[in-house]
Amino acid sequence: MLAWTIYISFLGAAALALLPPESRRAARLTALLTALAGLAIALVGAAQYERQAPAGALVDLVNVPWIPDPDIGFHLAADGVSITLVLLTGIVAVAGVLFSWNIERRTREFFALYLALIGGVYGVFLSFDLFLLFVFYEIAIIPKYFLIAIWGSTRREYGAMKLALYSLVGSAMVLIGLIAAYVRSGAQTFDLLKLSQFPFPFAFQNWAFLLVFVGFAILAGLWPFHTWAPVGHVAAPTAASMLLAGVVMKLGAYGALRVAMTLFPDGLRAWQNEIALLAVIGIVYGATVALVQRDFKFVIGYSSVSHMGFVLLGLMTLTQIGLSGAVLQMFSHGIIAGLLFAVVGRMIYDRVHTRELSALQPMNLSVLAPFAAVTFVLAGAASMGLPGFSGFIAELQVLVGAWGSFPLLTILAGAGLLVGIAYMVRVWIKAFFAENDLKSGVIQIEPISIPERAGALLLLAATVLIGLWPGLLLNLITPTLHSPLFQRLVKGGPP
Amino acid sequence: MNSSLGWMRPLIPEEIVLVSALLALVLDLAVLRRKSLAARAVGIGSAACLGCLAAMVWIARGQDDATAEMLALTPLTQFLKIVLLALTLVVVVISFGARFSRHLGEYFALLLIATAGLMLLISSDNLLIIFIALELLSLPLYVLTAFNKASLASAEAALKYFLFGSVASAFTLFGISLLYGLTGDLQLGTIGAKLGAQAVEPVFYAALVMTLAGFAFKVAAAPLHFWAPDVYQGAPAPIACFIASGSKVASFFVLARIIVAGFGPWHGSAAWDQFRAGWMPLLAVLAVLSMVVGNIAALVQTSVKRLLAYSAVAHGGYALLAFFGDSRQMLLSLFFYVITYSLTVLGAFAVVAVVENSGGCDRLADWAGLGRRAPLLSACMFVFMLSLAGIPPLSGFFGKFYLFTAAVAGAPPLGMLWLVIVAVGASAISLYYYLQVLKQIYAAEPPAGSQPFRPPYPALFSIALLAGLVIALGCAPGWLLGKLSVVLTSSAF
Repeated sequence: MLAWTIYISFLGAAALALLPPESRRAARLTALLTALAGLAIALVGAAQYERQAPAGALVDLVNVPWIPDPDIGFHLAADGVSITLVLLTGIVAVAGVLFSWNIERRTREFFALYLALIGGVYGVFLSFDLFLLFVFYEIAIIPKYFLIAIWGSTRREYGAMKLALYSLVGSAMVLIGLIAAYVRSGAQTFDLLKLSQFPFPFAFQNWAFLLVFVGFAILAGLWPFHTWAPVGHVAAPTAASMLLAGVVMKLGAYGALRVAMTLFPDGLRAWQNEIALLAVIGIVYGATVALVQRDFKFVIGYSSVSHMGFVLLGLMTLTQIGLSGAVLQMFSHGIIAGLLFAVVGRMIYDRVHTRELSALQPMNLSVLAPFAAVTFVLAGAASMGLPGFSGFIAELQVLVGAWGSFPLLTILAGAGLLVGIAYMVRVWIKAFFAENDLKSGVIQIEPISIPERAGALLLLAATVLIGLWPGLLLNLITPTLHSPLFQRLVKGGPP
Repeated sequence: MNSSLGWMRPLIPEEIVLVSALLALVLDLAVLRRKSLAARAVGIGSAACLGCLAAMVWIARGQDDATAEMLALTPLTQFLKIVLLALTLVVVVISFGARFSRHLGEYFALLLIATAGLMLLISSDNLLIIFIALELLSLPLYVLTAFNKASLASAEAALKYFLFGSVASAFTLFGISLLYGLTGDLQLGTIGAKLGAQAVEPVFYAALVMTLAGFAFKVAAAPLHFWAPDVYQGAPAPIACFIASGSKVASFFVLARIIVAGFGPWHGSAAWDQFRAGWMPLLAVLAVLSMVVGNIAALVQTSVKRLLAYSAVAHGGYALLAFFGDSRQMLLSLFFYVITYSLTVLGAFAVVAVVENSGGCDRLADWAGLGRRAPLLSACMFVFMLSLAGIPPLSGFFGKFYLFTAAVAGAPPLGMLWLVIVAVGASAISLYYYLQVLKQIYAAEPPAGSQPFRPPYPALFSIALLAGLVIALGCAPGWLLGKLSVVLTSSAF
């Protein structure tokens, strides 16, 4: 069932490629229907999984041989972690289409690339053959480049190329690690489950882990390899920045967890402290830099780096609660960052054509666009990690998990949270609630459209629902982290 | 067939191609003299196509039981000949739209003679025949490169190609003479056996370097690549197609034969911190130089043809990685890579040819907005460029992946990882310049007043077919691998 999320996205992309170029309306509807179908399949698949599969089990979706000689299988499977991320992709994909409703230039091509990217992302989350996972991972790179280079704004060609090259360098590192692991194991297979059984010697794990982990983590915005993220986010059109921050950065974090950490657990232990340090630097650095940005979108871009730091910190805790916090934070940040970028890019920038905070200040946006203001305040509150939103429980879990291993770093990360409140309050005031004479400088902007409202409500509902009822996802995540594949990672667990 | 002519029997496919070359000349002189240029192109081209097809059919019928001294006809060589004839067929079809010369009979005849040279090169098992075949291939190519008489660049390129090429031939010949002096034999298998039995002498290394230099020139491996950018740019586009695809497949095949059968035992080692003299370190140096020089030089090119030329240098470097694999993996990965690469580069050059014929030019800036002027053609170029960049699920990705895996797995395991790291890194850089081309096609606005153009159907059809093959071989590489595996086994290579 879940495998159809991949197929339907690529089918939708192919259908769009075959539409006549002028049919904008048909293109939008096709894209929306495809994204909705993907979300529906994800929801039904998740419900089926919870009802039928034993808790935490890995369920095979498809497993057929693909290439005989180096034994490569078309192996799709799902466990709680993948399903959580598939759900995230489904939600953000639908919202992204809704927030791109106003694309008038080359509409059909835009949505075809968009759906191809979504298909690749679904594929990564469901692949359990490393070759297949790598294929989907790279399929996702090319649409990103074109979405930014054709429909982007500020320095779009630079941002697009930077993003593409960073991604490809990362995946090159991953590829070297995978080939080395394949040869070293002598198992003649790329199946993740079989390879992760192989006890790689420590000297090998030591460098292979670092190579593969950093290769993936580049896409997760690991400091100091994060520089593509703010530039890329700012250059991208709204839907693409929603996808970038919402799901593409999760590809990196997911790959780091699923591939690097499960294949090389000993290497992981050797590098745990160093990577945790980088993660915390990312949290504090991202938040501090966000505090002084003049461009509204750069604030959100750097906040993504900061929040992804929590994911990486959570992964490095190697405790049940920390890992579970990391996965939940992937979901939570995906939703919240999507919402923030939607407000900044679509509701504000597309209407007033500036993102300079100093230029937004005199515009009285809270009066001009009350819906945008309310949405942004709620999304900002979620981003700060206030209780009642999904970010709260996720970041709390990460900090609790981290306390045992790195108390000093945990305190620093907590300080990063405080800075996170500061930069968000700063943009609230500057962009929306500046003290102005209401009569001066009132401009007319088009009202917030229905697709935008629907998209915003969808994302808000998701973050509030998980904030109030985290069990919905934790019931998927926690048992999975108790499964043998992940159990080896946790300290004190069986080797 | 008459028994006194029995020696001709193993060479029947080559003879068919040569006869059709003569036929093309006669047809042009006798029948099509007063017709329009386009009609002559289609008429003579069709005859050439028929010749290639007839040779393919003859080979496919499997009448290869005939053997001859100095020739080695195995299922593998027959399979590769079919591939080469198919590549030539595409080159002929693209030439239908050629407007660079009025001497079409000579053009197609020379093309077919070069093809016969390719086929002979693949069949030969003897160093002298290999040399003769190389010359049979090269001489028509020098002339064909100069065929665009209106263009100074074409003449310059041909002269450069000729001078470099003849020096490289001299090197090869010198190397062969040294090998003959060492072993007293010209037959590849015997040379290998004799070399393996005797202690290595310093003059052997001289022979090795000389022989390899000649082939490094043919496959445009750095530092012997200087002719490639000029020739690819100056030669008529279909000829650049031919040099980049067919000529490359055959050269790599012969290189592999000479190395495996002739130099096999003296491989030395290029593994990290275990360098020992032999052909492996030599090839490692060539590979590193080609990948680095090719990819870095390609970054700054503004002409699509020059860009493809430097990319070809880089791809030659990747292909050399195969030689570090175990013997079977080595040949499988090498042939898979070279065949899929030549399909891709043939397609890419064919697109360049079509764009040039329709009044465009090969400067990158002139490709702006092609995506909207010729959507199908651009979509094919999209596939070719991404395949060259090694993006899955296209065949270029699987080819590279397979090469890299073979090199890492070769003895000693992980010994060649350093070279694969260089290759993967170089390949990551290469995405930059392939994306530059695609950016022009898709992201840049078409110049004001530009018209949509409709490429000629035969060319468009063959380009689309190539793009389809590139996708299909990427998604289901098992087919070609299986086929290669079968012919390799039955050839006892």
